[in-house]
Amino acid sequence: MTPTISVGELTRRYRDQAALDNVSLTVEPGTVTGLLGRNGAGKTTLLRIITGLEFPTDGVVKVFGAAPAENDAVLRRMVFVREEQSYPDFRVGHAIRVASWFYPNWNAELAQQLLADFELPLDRRMRRLSRGMRSAVGIVIGLAARAELTLFDEPYAGLDPVARQLFYDRLLADFVEHPRTIVLSTHLIDEVADLLEHVVMLDHGRVVLDAPADEIRGTGMTVSGPAIAVEEFVAGRPVWHRQRIASRASAVVPGPLDAAAQARARALRLSLEPLSLQQLLVHASGIAEEKVSA
Amino acid sequence: MPGLDEGTPLFVQIAEQLADDIVDGQLAEGTRVPSTNELAAFYRINPATAAKGINMLVDDGVLEKRRGIGMFVALGAREQLLATRRKLFAEQYVDPMVAEASRLGIDSDALVSLIRETSLSNGGKTR
Repeated sequence: MTPTISVGELTRRYRDQAALDNVSLTVEPGTVTGLLGRNGAGKTTLLRIITGLEFPTDGVVKVFGAAPAENDAVLRRMVFVREEQSYPDFRVGHAIRVASWFYPNWNAELAQQLLADFELPLDRRMRRLSRGMRSAVGIVIGLAARAELTLFDEPYAGLDPVARQLFYDRLLADFVEHPRTIVLSTHLIDEVADLLEHVVMLDHGRVVLDAPADEIRGTGMTVSGPAIAVEEFVAGRPVWHRQRIASRASAVVPGPLDAAAQARARALRLSLEPLSLQQLLVHASGIAEEKVSA
Repeated sequence: MPGLDEGTPLFVQIAEQLADDIVDGQLAEGTRVPSTNELAAFYRINPATAAKGINMLVDDGVLEKRRGIGMFVALGAREQLLATRRKLFAEQYVDPMVAEASRLGIDSDALVSLIRETSLSNGGKTR
């Protein structure tokens, strides 16, 4: 099957700064992929190139098997919801109507439902909406478009936790009914971790992690227990982080740990805990070094 | 998220919770189990993850697919799960308990009588 997105050796330089540095990845159809990374990691640049808003300095990008830039046939099959998207000063209802003309799979019923869920006032001018409400309009458009490729780039500026949960629930519910390819760029990682089937993590313009969500759990492990035992265990291993209080210590080491290492940890009475996706991001540069030396 | 914890992969946790329900008799043999989509919505997880959990139980012969209708608890599933769990019981429960007991200086006689007392007060049977 043709990947929905395929990016090869993509580089984007601004003057001497590389926003993307030799990025290669594919996104399979029908998956929810999380594009994770800190601010400035290159997430937005990557999405802008995928949606044809920007050209790469070098490398290849294909969406549905074709170059997206100025390719109407490709662009019509995707919807891109940007952080702090700016809208012409329409009324909310008008903005929604305009969107409905543009997206071929638009579902008016879903749009009405979502507008009600997010309590959006249809006759209010976009400029008079709060930041959160403006984000909600973007989310309504992104979901109701039911585009084959749906890209959300930090879509929830100003949304409170309840509204974000509503977004995740509606996204999941509609995805289940109408499977499509979704890319969700965010740094609220723990909130979305369970929704993801695949994870791509960027750090300083480079891919540090590109794996199925289920396989990521062992990528980093926290080892904790008596300080002497922890030191004994980590001797000869790379250590991403160390912490010590009185006679107890913990260390973060790259995983996965094989059965022998796990048995050794048990024998030393150490507890092992996998890093969450969010904690992994904290150690992203550690993961990057690991890849270089491997 | 209702009732899922860190540590174990999500799809394994989904499989374990379904297996628990089968062992407890909540899901009787021959009944339909929740669909992938129902599980995804309930636990707020990706449907592919839920499917992976279900498939684990299908591979083990605990669930069976009936084309076009859904997933059902296989005949003999409960007995099979019980047998597997009995096998793992020593490793998962007895070994760590004995290790902790010896750390605390509880000898094996004391440990056995502790177990007997607890078992009795929970309505367990003696020989």
